[in-house]
Amino acid sequence: MADKIKVGHVHMSGCTGCLVSLADNYGGLLTILDKYVDLVYGLTLADVRHIPKMDVALVEGSVCIQDRISVEEIRETREKAAVVVAVGGCACYGNITRFGRGGQPNQPQHESYLPIGDLIKVDVYIPGCAPTPQLIRNVCVMAYLLLKGNKEQQELAKKYLTPLMQLADRGTEACGCDLMYHIINQGLCMGCGSCAAACPVRAITHEYGKPNVNREMCIKCGACYAQCPRSFFNFDVMNEFEGIMELIDGALT
Amino acid sequence: MGTELGKYKLCVSARSADKEILKKAQDGGIVTQLFKYALEEGIIDGAIVSGPSDEPWRPRPFVATTVEELMLSRGTRYNISPNVSFIKEATRSYGLDRIGIVGTPCQMQAVRKGQLYPVGLRDVPDKIALTIGIFCMENFPYQSIVQLVEDHAAMKLEAVKKMEIGKGKFWVYGERGQVVQLPLKVTHKYEQPGCHVCLDYVANLADVSTGSVGSPDGWSTVFVRTKKGDDIWSKAIAAGCFETKPIEQVKPGLELVSKLATEKITKNQKTVEGRAKFGVDKALRNPYIGPK
Repeated sequence: MADKIKVGHVHMSGCTGCLVSLADNYGGLLTILDKYVDLVYGLTLADVRHIPKMDVALVEGSVCIQDRISVEEIRETREKAAVVVAVGGCACYGNITRFGRGGQPNQPQHESYLPIGDLIKVDVYIPGCAPTPQLIRNVCVMAYLLLKGNKEQQELAKKYLTPLMQLADRGTEACGCDLMYHIINQGLCMGCGSCAAACPVRAITHEYGKPNVNREMCIKCGACYAQCPRSFFNFDVMNEFEGIMELIDGALT
Repeated sequence: MGTELGKYKLCVSARSADKEILKKAQDGGIVTQLFKYALEEGIIDGAIVSGPSDEPWRPRPFVATTVEELMLSRGTRYNISPNVSFIKEATRSYGLDRIGIVGTPCQMQAVRKGQLYPVGLRDVPDKIALTIGIFCMENFPYQSIVQLVEDHAAMKLEAVKKMEIGKGKFWVYGERGQVVQLPLKVTHKYEQPGCHVCLDYVANLADVSTGSVGSPDGWSTVFVRTKKGDDIWSKAIAAGCFETKPIEQVKPGLELVSKLATEKITKNQKTVEGRAKFGVDKALRNPYIGPK
């Protein structure tokens, strides 16, 4: 179909959990591939050896700077893709690969892993470990509307994607500490509990209504801060939640 | 009246038709009754509510899957209950496919953000079946309630039967019939700081929102906002769960809701603006602009 967008999945140093999350949209993924997206690149899903030109690159994993091919591929991704999306904690913030110090077989010298934003400009972040099938789905639908939709749909997609672009612009470091530095210290926490619900490793509990982060357990995925309604809250999108959810549901059926 | 009351399909004054619910309800027992109906009809498998904990008047969020458990959550505890913290767990160890959740306006915002941007809420967005928001001017940390009740009102928390904010006062009712009222001037400084940037009074993003303001004693004002809310509310009405009165026919009515909503939003909008020039050429963060 001519009006599909070209999307590729680029695999850096990650566990493939992000790709599994994408696949966990099940029938929704088939609809996406059927109606909106040509998958032009993807290690296990498309028989293509070299990174082709594409509209959207979904990049999973951080970049091992001792691995020449990874470095070449992330540079090439930036050149070939109009929009680069960092999918998951490793691509956005390093996540557990932040704790890598080398020594593992069979490439013990591979010890330095950087979030892709430390090497290239990234347009959109989807934080979390693993990123959720639903957020990946929402971003895919919005990316399609942005590139192929009518004027109204483009406006909506722009509004929707803006905070995820702002997250990309914000930097490559994340930690449960963000809740202290940028929420509680800023006088913004109201104790809703979103951060604790979002944390994939249950490092966050609430003590008398405020989050308490077990910093030894934190894997630096960025989910807690991004999920917090006081990290970003865009009324122009949230107030339309009913219509937007119907739109996304409608797009996938 | 403008945007201060959010979008809604209908607004009524209502109370539960169930005497058991009303016995310990804060006002009209709307939340407990609507969840009870939804639970019994299989519209929800359970609801995240706040109930008693091991400390007096300190709420603890929990997942109620029976009417008996729901009944434990009746009444308002004026301090923080992180209900949203259970929203993923409710679908995991509790196995809920259709979640009900009650919360303050900010918690309804958190739920909607969680549905539109489910960063860490895998498979949760499509399982939110009924959200009930409660009107909220501000909330308090638990320690503030201790301070207000035990210091200012000079009562033991264990001996308190009910707390209430209304008619410009913070009311503390003792088990033995004593009543202490504190002017809100006293309570203001104990408020949770995060509440001061909140721009929502009547839970604009809930399916159904409710609170005492606008309705007579023992009744609640109810806004039905979404298609989902409308569907469940009209079925509950048809099933005889609620007594209702047109909001236009009760005192003090919608005008007071609107007035208080406007007051809250105007005051907090000023706080948000003040934060932009809080330091010397240094701003405090504004979440409504972005995450930076």
